[in-house]
Amino acid sequence: MSKIFQNAEDAIADIHDGAVLMLGGFGLCGIPENCITAIVKKGVKQLTCISNNAGVDDFGIGLMLQQKQVKKMISSYVGENAEFERQLLSGELEVELIPQGTLATRCMAAGYGMPAIYTPAGVGTEVAEGKEVRNFNGKDYLLEMAFDADFAIVKAWKGDTMGNLIFKDTARNFNPLMAMAGKITIAEVEHLVPAGALDPNHIHTPGIYVQRIFEGKDYEKRIEQLTLSK
Amino acid sequence: MALDKFQIAQRIAKELKDGFYVNLGIGIPTLVANYVPEGINVTLQSENGLLGMGPFPQEGKQDADLINAGKQTITTIPGSSFFDSAMSFGMIRSGKVDLTVLGAMEVSEKGDIANWKIPGKMVKGMGGAMDLVASAKNIVVAMMHTNPKGESKLLKECQLPITGIRCIKKIVTELAVLEIGEEGFILLERAPGVTVEEIMSKTAGHLIVEGEVPEMKF
Repeated sequence: MSKIFQNAEDAIADIHDGAVLMLGGFGLCGIPENCITAIVKKGVKQLTCISNNAGVDDFGIGLMLQQKQVKKMISSYVGENAEFERQLLSGELEVELIPQGTLATRCMAAGYGMPAIYTPAGVGTEVAEGKEVRNFNGKDYLLEMAFDADFAIVKAWKGDTMGNLIFKDTARNFNPLMAMAGKITIAEVEHLVPAGALDPNHIHTPGIYVQRIFEGKDYEKRIEQLTLSK
Repeated sequence: MALDKFQIAQRIAKELKDGFYVNLGIGIPTLVANYVPEGINVTLQSENGLLGMGPFPQEGKQDADLINAGKQTITTIPGSSFFDSAMSFGMIRSGKVDLTVLGAMEVSEKGDIANWKIPGKMVKGMGGAMDLVASAKNIVVAMMHTNPKGESKLLKECQLPITGIRCIKKIVTELAVLEIGEEGFILLERAPGVTVEEIMSKTAGHLIVEGEVPEMKF
């Protein structure tokens, strides 16, 4: 069975209202631009999005927020987005803020088949409310559950027809973790190559984790904070 | 004379030791990288997935795929490495990162820190701050001694929602270098020309002054 899809519209065609999505990226770096555009076009609603950030007003997940497609965001940092703030304050949008390392590790746990992890992040803070605290070797840890997502949507630099993925620079971030964690993982890649074209030593995500792959197009790769040496 | 933000960064840079892996937060902490003392080599960790962070790129060399945790364009240096976000916090949690420098809105005399939320005003999220303060073995806070209203940021108890408990070791402000001890803030150094009395009057938590307090040296 081929994993290859022609484009983002085909790859996301069965995402339904109320689905739980993981979306890779840190800020606007390494986000699945093509799939986000296709989800906006499809108009599915009541989505739960697990993503480190929520994009900016007119790019990334911000585009889905504009169309009021998101019911709940699970993120670590959501600044830089006025529409997000408006929906949050008006109560239209539910938001769960969790520490960044906890977010990453809850993805990792799902991908490694572990139901939960213990982490010290958030002990003694409002993040700990309602969570089991356990002491190991004199230090307190919180029990945090693995995520359960219907779809993981990731962006890689190169991928092959077997679904093997290679990420580039800091665009790697949450992408390989989420790729391992989705029930169905959809990967959009800048370059889709035949099996055998990638050195097996260099694969970051083995193809077993990737159910659908396509070559994306027209990447904008917007830079949030262009900072240059003087 | 109270220090400016560059001098605060310069003073914190004296805490760096050769071979340290260091995570610098946004704001004054980022400036610390400009003052690494001669003969000392440190490796900067950016929690979005990079060890060995280089300077900002020259115009035309910027790459959208290569940013730091503040989302600024950056570069690599010889010996840099990339990794995913779980591994990044793995190295933080397991104590491999030697020093973390971050900003704060409040610090308590017990070493609690608040720097992620002002209820009803600012709710952007904690990013990696809660993970860093819960795990780093050596955390230095860079901040102003008082808030814009002139109220002390060194308190008996934090008033804002806290980021972590009993985790801060040292604080460098425009007025002083302080350490968290069993009994409260221990005054270690004064900014040049700043009196102990002024520091006392701007410190709401318990301030411990033992003997002659030296002026900071740069």
